Amino acid sequence: MNAVSALLTPQTAATAAFVMVIGLTIVGALIAVGARNIFHNVLGLCVSLFGVAGIFLFLNSPFVALMEILIYIGAICIAICFAIMLSEPMYLPPPPRNKVKVLGAAIGAAGIFVFLGLLLKKTQWTAAPERSTDWSVTTIGHYFLTNYALIFELVSLLLLVAMIGAIVTARGGRSKP
Amino acid sequence: MLLFNQLQTYLFLALVLFVIGLYGVLARRSLIAILISVELILNAASINFMAFNRFLAPHPAVGQVITLFIMAVAAAEAAIALSIIVAVYRKQKSINVEHATELRG
Repeated sequence: MNAVSALLTPQTAATAAFVMVIGLTIVGALIAVGARNIFHNVLGLCVSLFGVAGIFLFLNSPFVALMEILIYIGAICIAICFAIMLSEPMYLPPPPRNKVKVLGAAIGAAGIFVFLGLLLKKTQWTAAPERSTDWSVTTIGHYFLTNYALIFELVSLLLLVAMIGAIVTARGGRSKP
Repeated sequence: MLLFNQLQTYLFLALVLFVIGLYGVLARRSLIAILISVELILNAASINFMAFNRFLAPHPAVGQVITLFIMAVAAAEAAIALSIIVAVYRKQKSINVEHATELRG
């Protein structure tokens, strides 16, 4: 009985949830990159992004987690699904993989992994001496409209230009019936 | 020390996500698969920003603001990339990057 109650503390529950979220993220990412069917890739990306949203929850930012689900899963994944439907038919067999290129990609990625991992292990991070504890959405809104107003406007302009550019690019080559 | 209260855990997770995305960019040949891998890399960057924001930054709203900017830029990037993919498919009847060699001299 004692062992069971020791296992059921909030800390262990939170750790278990955290491990699950990490598992979702990494397994989803592996599916997103490894599966041969392009639609499975998109579904893996969705799973991975849900995991990332969970990580944002653990990092005290429920608003950003919601935005992650809304923008990434709700908009980008759906847009990718549309692109899949508008491009190559899925019943065609995928071309065979070039072993040398895949091996080279794996070696390159592993090299970067080792380098950054060692860097991560060696670095000592020091927190800012004075840290405010204001995590609220209100503060984020204030920052958007005061300190970061210019970037905010630039991002709006960027989105507008991207939308117009996307329409123009995707429209080219279509003939009138 | 709990697992989810350490900066290193998040940084390592972001590193794993980044490396998986990097491998995807290098190894896959479908343009859509490459775009998916790029999204993974951008998410790794977001996790890094949020982790530093949670553990180190003096104002914990700044990292969230920057992560929201990353999301907006990712949305713009995805829209442009997907329209280019559709245009390439219409022209080449294929979205394999190895077939898109028209500009080769």
